[in-house]
Amino acid sequence: MNFGINKLSRYRRHRFATPALMLVALIAVGSTFSVASALTANKETTQSAMSTQVAEGKSIFERGCSSCHGLNAEGSKIAPSLIGVGAASVDFQVGTGRMPMADMSQQAMRKTPKYNAEETAALAAYVASLAPGPDSVNEAAISWERDGNTAQGGELFRTNCAMCHNFAGQGGALTQGKYAPTLMGVDAKYIYEAMITGPQSMPIFNDKTITPAEKLSIIKWLKAAQSEPNLGGASLGRTGPVTEGLLAWVMGLGILIGIAVWLASKAR
Amino acid sequence: MKKSEKIAGNVANYVDERTGAAKWLKKNLTKVFPDHWSFMLGEVALYSFIILLFSGTFLTFWFDPSQRDVVYNGSYTPLADVKMSAAYASALHISFDVRGGLLMRQIHHWAALLFMAAMIAHLMRIFFTGAFRKPREANWLIGVGLVTLGIVEGFLGYSLPDDLLSGTGIRIAEAILQAIPVVGSYLAFFAFGGAFPGHVFIPRIYTVHVLLLPGIFLALITVHLMLVWYQKHTQYPGPGRTEKNVVGYPLMPVYMAKAGGFFFIVFGVTALLGAVASINPIWLYGPYTPGQISAGSQPDFYMGWLDGLVRMSPPLETHAFGHTISWNILIPGLIVPGILFTGMALYPFIESWMTGDKREHHLLDRPRNNPNRTALGAMSLAFMLVILINGGNDLIATHFHLTINQIMWFTRIAVFVVPPIVFVITKRLCLSLQRADREIVLHGRETGRLVMMPNGEFVEVHEELSAEKKFTLTQHEQPQALEVPTTDRSGVRNPQGIKGKLRARMSQAHVEQVPAPSQEEAKALEGGHH
Amino acid sequence: MSNEISKFQDPGLPAHQHRKSDHDPKAEKRAEQQVAILFLLSAISTVGTVASYIFIKPGKFVFLPIMGDVDAQQLFLGLGLAFSLLFIGFGAVQWARRLMPDEEVIAERHEFRSEDADRKDFVDTVKERAGTVGLGRRSLIKRSLGLALGLVGITPLVMLRDLGPLPKKQLETTSWAAGTRLVTDPGDRPLRPEDLEVGSVAQVLPFLAQGEERTLENIGKDAVLLIRLRPEEFQLDSKRLSWTHDGIIAFSKICSHMGCAVALYEQQTKHLLCPCHQSTFDVTRAAKVIFGPAARPLPQLAITVDSEGYLVAQQGFTEPIGPSFWERSS
Repeated sequence: MNFGINKLSRYRRHRFATPALMLVALIAVGSTFSVASALTANKETTQSAMSTQVAEGKSIFERGCSSCHGLNAEGSKIAPSLIGVGAASVDFQVGTGRMPMADMSQQAMRKTPKYNAEETAALAAYVASLAPGPDSVNEAAISWERDGNTAQGGELFRTNCAMCHNFAGQGGALTQGKYAPTLMGVDAKYIYEAMITGPQSMPIFNDKTITPAEKLSIIKWLKAAQSEPNLGGASLGRTGPVTEGLLAWVMGLGILIGIAVWLASKAR
Repeated sequence: MKKSEKIAGNVANYVDERTGAAKWLKKNLTKVFPDHWSFMLGEVALYSFIILLFSGTFLTFWFDPSQRDVVYNGSYTPLADVKMSAAYASALHISFDVRGGLLMRQIHHWAALLFMAAMIAHLMRIFFTGAFRKPREANWLIGVGLVTLGIVEGFLGYSLPDDLLSGTGIRIAEAILQAIPVVGSYLAFFAFGGAFPGHVFIPRIYTVHVLLLPGIFLALITVHLMLVWYQKHTQYPGPGRTEKNVVGYPLMPVYMAKAGGFFFIVFGVTALLGAVASINPIWLYGPYTPGQISAGSQPDFYMGWLDGLVRMSPPLETHAFGHTISWNILIPGLIVPGILFTGMALYPFIESWMTGDKREHHLLDRPRNNPNRTALGAMSLAFMLVILINGGNDLIATHFHLTINQIMWFTRIAVFVVPPIVFVITKRLCLSLQRADREIVLHGRETGRLVMMPNGEFVEVHEELSAEKKFTLTQHEQPQALEVPTTDRSGVRNPQGIKGKLRARMSQAHVEQVPAPSQEEAKALEGGHH
Repeated sequence: MSNEISKFQDPGLPAHQHRKSDHDPKAEKRAEQQVAILFLLSAISTVGTVASYIFIKPGKFVFLPIMGDVDAQQLFLGLGLAFSLLFIGFGAVQWARRLMPDEEVIAERHEFRSEDADRKDFVDTVKERAGTVGLGRRSLIKRSLGLALGLVGITPLVMLRDLGPLPKKQLETTSWAAGTRLVTDPGDRPLRPEDLEVGSVAQVLPFLAQGEERTLENIGKDAVLLIRLRPEEFQLDSKRLSWTHDGIIAFSKICSHMGCAVALYEQQTKHLLCPCHQSTFDVTRAAKVIFGPAARPLPQLAITVDSEGYLVAQQGFTEPIGPSFWERSS
């Protein structure tokens, strides 16, 4: 045992030491939590549902999030304060699996969520109880199909979103390895929440700059783009001329050169 | 005589009595064309040009080259009631309300990419085999002209639909015009009929795209082909092939069938691409407005290198005496491409000057037998490839989890470092290939069969090459370095000393060769060995 | 050293090798059938193409692996056309390869250079003809003709003058002026400072009076990006700081490099990125260029609020927006 610690201590001052420790702590806390949550689930039914949820959220927070975001969500050197970010932000970050982060890389990635819907809601309720902020969005409540206008949404998307997320919502590169993710297959409510909370690099588009009705239109256009059949054949990733050029050389000229070799060969 | 023969005879008689065509045709129907796959690259370019004429004409029947504002009411609902230019609306109309219109649009665009790719590949073939040498310098110049015009024609073509991506391209072209010192803003205002984007640019480039440039293309291609016809095709070295003859198949019927068939194949492959692969989905880009932009806005590949060059340019601008010169636009946008294309155009003359070779050449070089030229070509390709990579750095970054900043810095350095390295490696590679040729001629091909000698030693059986193969591998010239006098006859230093030295130095580098084996060497080995 | 040695001899054209179809009548028959089948396949494809044109209704989709849902009419029309062409091509080439004479023939090249006598005759003719017009003597005609020819090219150039107006001050001016309200693009709604929270952006254009139409030329010069930061994040001199309002800063959205819309705002780093050539601007330091080819910061629009509390421009842009041009003084 002893030698292991000695060996490890040599890396104490390594620049990755803090994040690495955090990670270890995170995993440890996370795994204890998953056991603990099962035990505590059915308790405390007497208190009002609201405060139960907040309390539950607080406990999840303390176990799963506080190592980075601070015990009272006040933030730390490595993670922002969550006071005032609102339930929407939590719902988006945790619901899309971005939080908790798998590693301290450049950008939190969309992945399988760690917490289920109930736990996410509890976390959101707790964070919302700290200070007012944008409320999370109910998938059923945003009636983009009924209230959105596809063409208007397209115009709004091209003005406000396409510069990062590409003309068809396929995503694109930002500086220093950051990127705007693809919007294909993202639930409407998360798109909505992203707009009102501005996660990570994304700026906030609040209800005055893009009205709620306009947001629904953007979502409707995105959904239309996503479900649009490939009208001209294979889509080549909808990323523009780069893949087209590649295909022209490989499939176009490549095939023709192959045929030319056959054409110039002597028959037996 | 059958009836059909009689009719044909009458027609032929009618034509010949008025033109004397029989004599010319008699001679040319038996004209000989050498057969090699690499000789088909130019044909791919020619045929895609013809496809472009056909498909382009089809598109003009519906395309409305106007920047008048219209409100879209066609069948593509995601753009319903959106304000756009008539050009964009009609491009949508072709795509969705004309049966086969989208197919033709895609065939037209794929054919354009194929046209450029084939021209570039053809140019590479000509360069690496030395087919540009006397007497074909003029055709090289026409070829360089065609590639240059092809880039312009392609750019104008994809600018016509007035979608968000092409409008962004036009915006950048306008910035290049505007950056030209002294007259820039005037040129831009004249071209656009006022402030960008105006209402006249698309109608204007439409005329250039469908009339002026295709006309020039047709003229240049005609001269290009007439020269090929008149000067006869070059051929690869081999048994029976000399500088004085051309070995191949007669125009009628073999070459007619093959070349004619190949036209249909090229058209077929283009149609196949148009059927299965989407290209330039303008309906997704949306109509152009200067306030919008999409991530990953790139031009087509034949402009991509230019975009990459502009991206990697350092942020240089001079402000002096109340005027501005944008080096960050002029250098990558005009000066470097100008130098590249001028250098390319002049290369046949430069090579002839430094080798002092003024003879006609109809036998092609195997690229390895001219290491210096091959290395130079590989170096230029490496340069183009590096800047082309930077032209797509945003997509590369997202796909390979790199950062645009890394790729930008990598290419900024690589653009200076990689080409010389490629030059050296290619040259060494050519020389070792020559050495390998020499080995195989002198010692035969390794068969992999081991035989035990009487003394117990195992030796591998080497199979002697055929006389044909030996000749092919040894027929190339062994050039001598040019002796350039640095002093004139009376011993006085030549005023052209520096130029002479440079020429001697270049010539020295150009003739570096592994000596081809001779019959004497082969005989000597035969005596001592087996 | 390689001067005296003798090269390997050219063994001459190798003997012709006959194909199977040259001597085997069965193989010949097979080749013939093969070619005919290819041509027939083309004919069938053409029939299919026409049928697809007539019978497949627009808006029908078929699912294909890799390609997903594709438009049936476009696909079958294209495939039909492709195969009808390809099979003609393959048939013709196969015909040539299998059945047409495949013996290589040799043609001699002719020398391009004319005979010396012809060349001399040519030179003499030119000299003689030139002598009859006395081109050498009549230098007055020669020079005046040179002048005339030199000048005649000016006409078409002059006539291109009406292609467009002179730029005058157009490259240096925008629609922004003191008191112009900032309205959203699209939507044309005026904004109050409290409408923007920290970390938010808005794409804005100058307010347009009723009846006026917004042209693309206007948008190309007027497009502005509004960003709200925490005021303490700014690292601006006092003048530039006075151009901001309560943490809200406005920049021209038209790139100072080549005019693309610079609107990729990274909320955390406060960097603006241009997607065309990746110039990166630092919003906290008045859009200073920190990466890429742009040489100048994005012009900043001075903003404040009007009596009704809406965001307005304090003044127009103090420098030309967009890419550089010769007459630009800074």
